[in-house]
Amino acid sequence: MPYNLVVLVKQVPDTKRITGEAMRDDGTVNRGALPAIFNPEDLHALELALQLRERYGGRVTAITMGPPQACQVLRDSLERGVDEVVLITDRRAAASDTLATSYILSCAVRKVAEKAAVDLVLCGRQAIDGDTAQVPPQTAEKLGWPQVTYVESVEEIAGGRLRAKRSTGSGWERVEAPMPCLLTVTDQGPEPRPASAKRIMAIKRARSRAELQGEVAAAMPGATPEAVAAEVEKRAAALAARGFLIPQWTLDDIRADLQWCGRDGSPTKVKRIQSVILKGTGFKKIEPTKEAVAGMVHELIEDHTIG
Amino acid sequence: MTEPNRKGDVWVIAEQNDGQLHDVSLELLSKGRQLADTLGVRLAAVLLGAKVQEHAQRLVQHGADTVLAGEDNRLGHYQTNPFAKVVAGLVQKHRPQIVIFGATPVGRDLAPRVASAVRAGLTADCTDLDIGEHVEPHTNQKYENLLYQIRPAFGGNIIATIVNPERWPQMATVREGVMRMPEADAKRRGQITRFTPDLAASDFALKILEHQSAVRKVNLKAARIIVAGGAGVGSKENFRLVWDLANALGAAAGASRAAVDSGWIDKDHQVGQTGTTVRPALYIAIGISGAVQHRAGMSEAQKIVAINADPKAPIFAVAHYGIVGDLNRVVPMMIDAIKKRV
Repeated sequence: MPYNLVVLVKQVPDTKRITGEAMRDDGTVNRGALPAIFNPEDLHALELALQLRERYGGRVTAITMGPPQACQVLRDSLERGVDEVVLITDRRAAASDTLATSYILSCAVRKVAEKAAVDLVLCGRQAIDGDTAQVPPQTAEKLGWPQVTYVESVEEIAGGRLRAKRSTGSGWERVEAPMPCLLTVTDQGPEPRPASAKRIMAIKRARSRAELQGEVAAAMPGATPEAVAAEVEKRAAALAARGFLIPQWTLDDIRADLQWCGRDGSPTKVKRIQSVILKGTGFKKIEPTKEAVAGMVHELIEDHTIG
Repeated sequence: MTEPNRKGDVWVIAEQNDGQLHDVSLELLSKGRQLADTLGVRLAAVLLGAKVQEHAQRLVQHGADTVLAGEDNRLGHYQTNPFAKVVAGLVQKHRPQIVIFGATPVGRDLAPRVASAVRAGLTADCTDLDIGEHVEPHTNQKYENLLYQIRPAFGGNIIATIVNPERWPQMATVREGVMRMPEADAKRRGQITRFTPDLAASDFALKILEHQSAVRKVNLKAARIIVAGGAGVGSKENFRLVWDLANALGAAAGASRAAVDSGWIDKDHQVGQTGTTVRPALYIAIGISGAVQHRAGMSEAQKIVAINADPKAPIFAVAHYGIVGDLNRVVPMMIDAIKKRV
């Protein structure tokens, strides 16, 4: 029996690739220098969804929330074979913490479900920029669905129930969850397939209206807003005719109650950000000689670190 | 839950699974005790399980003034829905001002579910908590006695301090191994309130068919000295050097993710954000470049010795002693020096 699957994906700065070059002289990280990538564990969630579709039939919709440039992860999703994508973009969603984000995403899932009931939502376990792992369980709670976190594989779906193997940190569990439910997938999930070369050629031109707006405004300096809007509409219509217009929803489209979105909807506030300064205190350089190494060992024994 | 309850207690959500009380519960009590004393309120622990009396006593001995102990045979093994329902119900009823969980796989599954149910803010993976004031820049309003939730973010490259000024309770998960374990005081007395949670069969709609826990082969958290190897060690055979130095020092062997992923050593030995967070007296990093994820798990060591061929390796930035050189030559020199002295 076919299933209607939704994957929540996120574009993140590549925090895992911080090399010496991305470090400033004062020991802090130059965040602007980091490339934007598809959150790694979301790729495993996407792959699991595609495999379930191949096995049981159905549809896969990828949703992301973010600024216009976040569309890149939607193009990547299309290249890997999802059926539909949606960009949730709205200035009023800015500064959303995990609770507000999960509320917005739950509204988006409900909107998808208006067309056909959603059976399963899949997410990566956590995003590498915040590493909180909070948005998926909060989204499940808002939908009133069970959650299965840290999933490594789905064994079977039958009779409205899904059997999965999940990690518990110190071991594993096999669980059977009633559907609809939400899964979070770890990097032990199925290995993401590469994008299809044929699809890449076709899909690289797919754009959302928000992206067209930016591109047109840059291409027509000095043009009136009306002229820009007309050109955006023209390009959007041309893309839509070929199925390359990425749908874009605002908070109004998903009927989100603004009191739970953005800054107002976020109970947590960032009070202070400090850059980690990578400078050891009392650093001592030891030459790789027998005498110097023995001297260091002696110091560690003297101050009772060793022994 | 919107209105702050300034007289509310500080709560620790204790974690037991299959009859074992998790160490992080006791670590949370030591920090919770400080917070409660600063605020002049009580420290309460919430414990759910099939049998709770014995662990409830331990929670009192480690600093809890009161324990809310919910007993139900079906709660012996953790699962999200019933645990979240009971904890959220207790939070709504008693209105604590602070609720902290361990940032364990269980705590990270449970806490967001509870936070969403009570519509409270939640900060993940805190490495420190404190009490202080806050002025909200958008409104200029001043708040006293807020919980500072301090956590690394952006792959460990920044440290963020988060506050929840208005929508309480203030909730956080706290990373394992970063708070000190309090000493047990057998004479400490507290109030243990046992109750039977109100749970229906429908709360257990998710079935756990089978589960298995592997016993950890190594306890890195308890080790005074850790000798850890990384990608620079080069091969499984060469990892022998790490073991040899560890044996010479009576130390535990640790590893970076790269070494674990290469199959040179078991995952139980992994130090870092996805492994174990450690704070030993001495940490010797051999051939570990020191990615932020690794440093996040070991930079609290009292003394750090780094041996690496690359003088630009970030590990040197957190090291107290840095040796730029060939580990195949330097490690035997160290073993030699140790054997001669000890």
